Amino acid sequence: MAVTGIMLVLFLVAHMLGNLKVFTGETSFDHYAHWLRDIGKPLLPGVWFLWILRTALVVAVLGHIWAATVLAVRARAARPVRYAHRKKVQGSYAARTMRWGGVIILLFVIYHILDLTTGTLNPVGDASNPYGNVVADFAPDRWYVTLFYTLAIVTVGFHLRHGVFSALRSLGQQTPRGERRARTAALVFAVVLCAGYLVVPFAVLTGLVS
Amino acid sequence: MNLTLRIWRQSGPQDKGRMVTYPVDDVSPDMSFLEMLDVLNERLILSGEEPVAFDHDCREGICGMCGLMINGDAHGPQRGTTACQLHMRQFKDGETIDIEPWRARAFPVIKDLVVNRNAFDKIIAAGGYITAPTGSAPEAHAAPVAKANADAAFESAACIGCGACVAACPNGSGMLFTAAKVTQLSLLPQGQPERYTRVIGMVDAHDEAGFGGCTNAGECTAVCPKGIPLNTIGRLNRDYLTATAKRGDTPGS
Repeated sequence: MAVTGIMLVLFLVAHMLGNLKVFTGETSFDHYAHWLRDIGKPLLPGVWFLWILRTALVVAVLGHIWAATVLAVRARAARPVRYAHRKKVQGSYAARTMRWGGVIILLFVIYHILDLTTGTLNPVGDASNPYGNVVADFAPDRWYVTLFYTLAIVTVGFHLRHGVFSALRSLGQQTPRGERRARTAALVFAVVLCAGYLVVPFAVLTGLVS
Repeated sequence: MNLTLRIWRQSGPQDKGRMVTYPVDDVSPDMSFLEMLDVLNERLILSGEEPVAFDHDCREGICGMCGLMINGDAHGPQRGTTACQLHMRQFKDGETIDIEPWRARAFPVIKDLVVNRNAFDKIIAAGGYITAPTGSAPEAHAAPVAKANADAAFESAACIGCGACVAACPNGSGMLFTAAKVTQLSLLPQGQPERYTRVIGMVDAHDEAGFGGCTNAGECTAVCPKGIPLNTIGRLNRDYLTATAKRGDTPGS
């Protein structure tokens, strides 16, 4: 859980930084998007590096899902008779929604790839014009897309709120003071990441990026 | 106080079991929760019914025998308190109280509210001890222990093995118990020789007993009557990671 999660978190950070390039203008953003396909040249031909990265990500996602499934199946088996009276879990909302939150995030990622990677569900869907795709995607009259993105990103934020702390704990975070630090770091990280991702669709929505 | 109790009744391990409602009148707010059950049982016996079976022993909050899920809270609403030390003044007159046994595959119900916690004994047998002959208490200066380590070990040693952590865990995991029993020894010099075989053995025994896996949800520490902190599990994780790299009983490692 922790190791695959950290791989995905590193990707999320890189992806967010890349997204923020939208504020540097159309040429710069498109140049960045095309550069992604060329990393590793001339050592590796064409989009090889990108595919290596994608393979690693798919392995991390599958590993993450596999570990989560094992935990969920064990949890179900560990309590065959349910409580008649069950209080809401006293732990955080984030900890309680890890499993269903994860499913929502998976569905979002599938939609997101069809939208802005393959362009299938994008109103423009022009692979040579990623800036135009983004602007068309979050246009004000397509507010429901922005809404769905916002909900998904907030879900990611909750997932990270518990996930980052839990990963640090799994990897041996062991002191009470460290626990407070780890929880704070997880919260700050989740909020910053959410803000970094949401600023792009809202900039398009408000006309700041057009 | 007049109360309505909904209690889990199950005549034996094979019985399906059900919640049964009992009205209990004239309960003093100064009674403990178990005394209130004693009153109910006396009335049940007088009317020729089978009394409710529940575990209890010291009634001082130190033996770990009692354990009831009260209104969905392990050991009831008061934090840091076992069910035997819980007073009826924590409840309101006229309240309906649901009383259930711990629910876990590793803790099968024997009768009514009594569960079999042998799974915990199996975890202890897998490494919760030291092999050095200790005799009487050693001279305190012979083996210096850092104050922080002594305090943390004592905190873990406060675990009474009641099973509330398992009962409250959304995953049915017994990791807080296992972590407490691992760290009370691994923090002290006497626990060092078996430190890394202990953690692997006890976690394996925990998993084999049918407990769920820990997801750091933090329910266990909220209901623990002895307030064992969640970072105890972090200490177990640290030992486990080290142990996978070296095992104390493997020559040359």
